[in-house]
Amino acid sequence: MTYFFQNVVNALQWGSFYALIALGYSMVYSILMLFNFAHGDIFMVGAYIGFGVATLLVAMSAGGAIVLPGWLILILTILISMFLTALLGMFVERVGYRPLRDAPRASAAITGLMIGIILETGNLWLLGARRVSFPSLIQTVTYDVGGVILTNKKIMIVLVALAFMLALHLFVRHSKWGMAMRAMAFDYVVVPLMGVSINTIARMTFAIGSALAAVAGILFSIAYPVLDPYMGIVFGWKAFVAAILGGRGSIMGAALAGFLLGFIEIFVAMAFPSTLRDLIAYSIIMVILVFRPHGFFGEPYSAKLRL
Amino acid sequence: MQTVSQIIPAADKPRRVARVFGHTPFLAWLLGAAAAVLLEHLLGETFAGLVGLSKVPVLFGLMILMSKPLLFPGALLYVAVIYLLPLLCVAGLLTRPANLVAAALLRFGPAFAVIVHLALFYGVLHFWADISGYRELTVKFTLIAVLLTLSLNLINGYMGEFSCSHPGFMALGAYGASTFTLTLFVNNPLFGKALLPGFLGPWLFPLGLVFGGLLASLGALLIAIPSFKTRGDYLAIISLAFLFIVKSLLENLPFLGGPRGMGGQPDYAGLPVVFAWTAMGVWIMNNYVRSTLGKSLNAIRDDEAAAEAMSVDTRHTKMTAFMFAAFWAGVAGGLFAHVMRFINPATFGVQRLAEMLAMVYFGGLNSVYGSIVGAVSLNLLGEALRPLELFKWIFIPLLLILVMIFRPTGLLAFREFDAVRLVRPLDRDSQGGAP
Repeated sequence: MTYFFQNVVNALQWGSFYALIALGYSMVYSILMLFNFAHGDIFMVGAYIGFGVATLLVAMSAGGAIVLPGWLILILTILISMFLTALLGMFVERVGYRPLRDAPRASAAITGLMIGIILETGNLWLLGARRVSFPSLIQTVTYDVGGVILTNKKIMIVLVALAFMLALHLFVRHSKWGMAMRAMAFDYVVVPLMGVSINTIARMTFAIGSALAAVAGILFSIAYPVLDPYMGIVFGWKAFVAAILGGRGSIMGAALAGFLLGFIEIFVAMAFPSTLRDLIAYSIIMVILVFRPHGFFGEPYSAKLRL
Repeated sequence: MQTVSQIIPAADKPRRVARVFGHTPFLAWLLGAAAAVLLEHLLGETFAGLVGLSKVPVLFGLMILMSKPLLFPGALLYVAVIYLLPLLCVAGLLTRPANLVAAALLRFGPAFAVIVHLALFYGVLHFWADISGYRELTVKFTLIAVLLTLSLNLINGYMGEFSCSHPGFMALGAYGASTFTLTLFVNNPLFGKALLPGFLGPWLFPLGLVFGGLLASLGALLIAIPSFKTRGDYLAIISLAFLFIVKSLLENLPFLGGPRGMGGQPDYAGLPVVFAWTAMGVWIMNNYVRSTLGKSLNAIRDDEAAAEAMSVDTRHTKMTAFMFAAFWAGVAGGLFAHVMRFINPATFGVQRLAEMLAMVYFGGLNSVYGSIVGAVSLNLLGEALRPLELFKWIFIPLLLILVMIFRPTGLLAFREFDAVRLVRPLDRDSQGGAP
């Protein structure tokens, strides 16, 4: 039983990464009907920016320029990286997606893939092929709750992820900009006629999605402090699966699907040899999609006439 | 063939060029290319020495431009003298006789004419590739890429789905064909002693490829059946899940080598074999998209409900299309395995998917020409830019982004490919022989 709860904890942590990345995917997908295949690599860049900022702040602290405690460095790192990565997201939108807004959707997917490759290569060029390790900002404290091992990092990761999800939810539900986004997701032909600028909304969507990806990147580097330029690929594709699985138009569906994906992967690895993880996890997803072909919360979508 | 006449130096007088080369049939260009490669065979080495190159430039001097710019004038001279000069001279001089010959060939039937052209084309390719092993490998991979791109275009272009499963089909084909040849004809650690004498191998190799292709078709059923109910994005996810499943399955089957893969495939996929399969694949797929089945694919893409109302059996059409495309992807995978002579599951990951999608969308959707152009240009570009190392992966994506922005459906989208139109004579007096 303790083994089970231990895995629940691990799955929550693992699912937080997927969920945070899937949120960005899902926002772009719901509002602009695009696959942002560069998103996995934006996650990677976010982690690297976090690495840069954290290293800089740690060095400044050690040099005595300004002495900051570890937790403050972490908060600053998250905020600064969110801001910088949001700028990157807006740039990607401007260069790769805005010219293609009226093009077939698959073309935009291809530019996304290509921007992803450019980001990976650019990173490789700037920092070389070696892996870098994220500075440890907070001391690991281990709690033993009835045999289940919890660390303060794990708790923090899950809580921070949940907090950002809640914030996004409140923003989308209760702010004027959120309303504009929801309207755009409902119909992006008519809503611009009502005086909502689609460019502003698109830019904002990408900025928020990328900022969340940066949070995911930093949280991921806290849990697994080794970064490499290709770490975004697998996460990107899996978050893509989670975003679509959640259903179009349902941002929280994407978060739930992200957690579900995390749970499936961890529990499959618990019950079976871990090499079978992808095999079984994706078979489950395939079965889900066969029986719920439009995701968990998506609108039924069919080209067939419903009489 | 207008493109060739546009890039020659005299392009400032396009009308005169059009007068000279406007009636040059494909046959004459092929003969010109044959002259060029023969000249390279005879004089290439000597001439390369004369212009200061250590050896014959392997890819038209492009690689030299990247790595040793100082040698580039020599390479340019080499290309001009060895390739362009004979090509233009022979094509120009032979315009009239080649037109007569092309008309005569067509009188024996279009199939005969096409086969003669193909044979000539193979000859050119063979002699060009003969210069170095590197060229031969590049040609083989390019041909295989043509097969893959075209088969993916069937789904993504003609049927209008966004299928991500093609590397999975390719993997099934590669593993199927490799298992076939390794079990039957080779002593190896995975499958033990050879069951049949080795000399039968090259003759039964097509069976192995077909076996791999059929295996891939079977796998395609897994995607085709959900596609009855779901389309678009959810099908994209299903196909992506399929890719992950196939890869993971192969990693978990120890008798297929597991994550370490299987190697030692016999060297059955020579240039003629790969060329023959590619030509056959392009021919059959081109016939497929021009048939009623292919047209009903387009109908489903444009409006499934309307297609069904117009008596298109959507289920049957989708299932055939998926299985057919998967079959050719599987054949391409089998060829790939026997060219590489080593495969492992990691070869067929999302990286390859990105590569294949790039080739399809670069070349052009819904177009056989587009697939050929996309596969050939991206493959050759990938090889030619190799000296740029890392920057290659910035340059090629940038190029693709630009193509997507300015031609969102690809360079040559929505073109019909007609081999008979390609091989007909082009002057007015022998036009009577052409259909």
